[in-house]
Amino acid sequence: MLYIKCPHCGMRSQNEFSYGGDATVKRPELNSEVSDHDWDNFVYNRKSLRGKHWELWQHISGCRQWIKVERDTATHEIFNTLKAHEEISK
Amino acid sequence: MQKYSIFNLIKNAFSGHQNWDLAWKDPTPKKEYDVVIIGGGGHGLATAYYLAKEHNITNVAIIEKGWIGGGNVGRNTTIIRSNYMHDDNALFSEFGMDLWRNMSQDLNYNVMFSPRGIINLAHSDAQMNVYARRGNSMRLNGIDAILLNREQVKEIIPMADFSDNVRFPIFGGLMQPSAGTARHDAVAWGYARQADSMGVDIIQNCEVTGFDVVGGKVNGVRTSRGDIKVKKIGLCVAGSTNILAEKLNMTLPVETHLLQACVSEPVKPILDRVVTFGAGHFYISQSDKGEMVMGGDLDGYNSYAQRGNLPTLQHVLTEGIAMMPFLSKLKMLRTWGGIMDMSMDGSPIIDKTHIEGLYLNCGWCYGGFKATPASGWTFAHTIAQDRVHKLNAGYSLNRFNTGQLLDEKGLGTKTWIS
Repeated sequence: MLYIKCPHCGMRSQNEFSYGGDATVKRPELNSEVSDHDWDNFVYNRKSLRGKHWELWQHISGCRQWIKVERDTATHEIFNTLKAHEEISK
Repeated sequence: MQKYSIFNLIKNAFSGHQNWDLAWKDPTPKKEYDVVIIGGGGHGLATAYYLAKEHNITNVAIIEKGWIGGGNVGRNTTIIRSNYMHDDNALFSEFGMDLWRNMSQDLNYNVMFSPRGIINLAHSDAQMNVYARRGNSMRLNGIDAILLNREQVKEIIPMADFSDNVRFPIFGGLMQPSAGTARHDAVAWGYARQADSMGVDIIQNCEVTGFDVVGGKVNGVRTSRGDIKVKKIGLCVAGSTNILAEKLNMTLPVETHLLQACVSEPVKPILDRVVTFGAGHFYISQSDKGEMVMGGDLDGYNSYAQRGNLPTLQHVLTEGIAMMPFLSKLKMLRTWGGIMDMSMDGSPIIDKTHIEGLYLNCGWCYGGFKATPASGWTFAHTIAQDRVHKLNAGYSLNRFNTGQLLDEKGLGTKTWIS
């Protein structure tokens, strides 16, 4: 069982969350010329890192907010959580 | 190579079975090969076998980080089927069914192929209509399909819940009688033994650490047991696809996820078919040892852990008990997990890449095991001829870019969408 510290509600079990994928993927800017290649990368292509991975989760059975979680994809250890608008520090 | 037969079995009984040949050798890697297959799982071993058998390419090495058959070919729920609606999937899988039917003879290895039939249960009128459509598509492609009504399903699997008061009543089901199961380890070992006998080097405990790509062409592969010069590399690494793609500076339409399976304690024969729950994601069959073999959904988040969490298992088994209430009385014997290369449209990729001499075989999602022979056969063709076969033409890498998705069920990485 994963325990995720929701930045709004505190530590909760994984049962309350649903997963939203890689949090570092950026949608191409609106009103700009977007190549097929850029769309392809945004919609389909993923690095799917082994190790530390920033990802989106939604606290669907709690505050219903989207949050960012830094988790190790090999050990499932969770290092950090952020509110959706907070930038990931490199 | 020593043939496995009743006569050899009797002959070897006299010497207490101490003098059997090794099934495959443990060679030191050579400096150069014609083809290197990375990944000694079912698909990699099958690819090497068909390279040797169909294309006479025997200067081949299979490089495996762990031991052969230790990944998903040893972790699946052994279901073999071709009950697909889309032509690309149906024709590919049905070609594979023919290979399955002859596999034990072809490999001189009993893979215990058991065409016991698969039933996909339907729980609404709408689902019956969808199944009728899929069944018709299957029959047009020469695949056997029978639409069963509630009474017919009850006759075949009376242990399922047919009471009036259930959340998901059984309306009927779609059955493919020729589908079934096989002994998964034997598939890996059978391919390994034959490939080895034709001259393929099976190199275990050898990790790929990098690639030597010069001017957009494959020149070699670096491994923990030395550099190997090679012009053609086949990547067959399932859940490690993203890791090796990163070493090649490629980003693929694949995410790595965790899928769990489990078996109950062995019980007397009760279920002689493969059955899937139609109102969720759960599948079950009974092994020859009597264990109920079960599986279902992904854990749902990116993972390389090869072990799962209990919430998903609980969710999956809740579906199982809803379908067959007697399961609640059984004790769980083992649970385990494997890491899946989940493609974005739920269909695999067998294709060339932008790097000359690099061939890609990945994206098998839930369905890698049944595809083992067809995947090996078409991948061997793609590597040997440097062009895709018409059977795997639909499994192209650029379909995501061009919009030609093969969304059989729409079940890619985002399982919550369905």
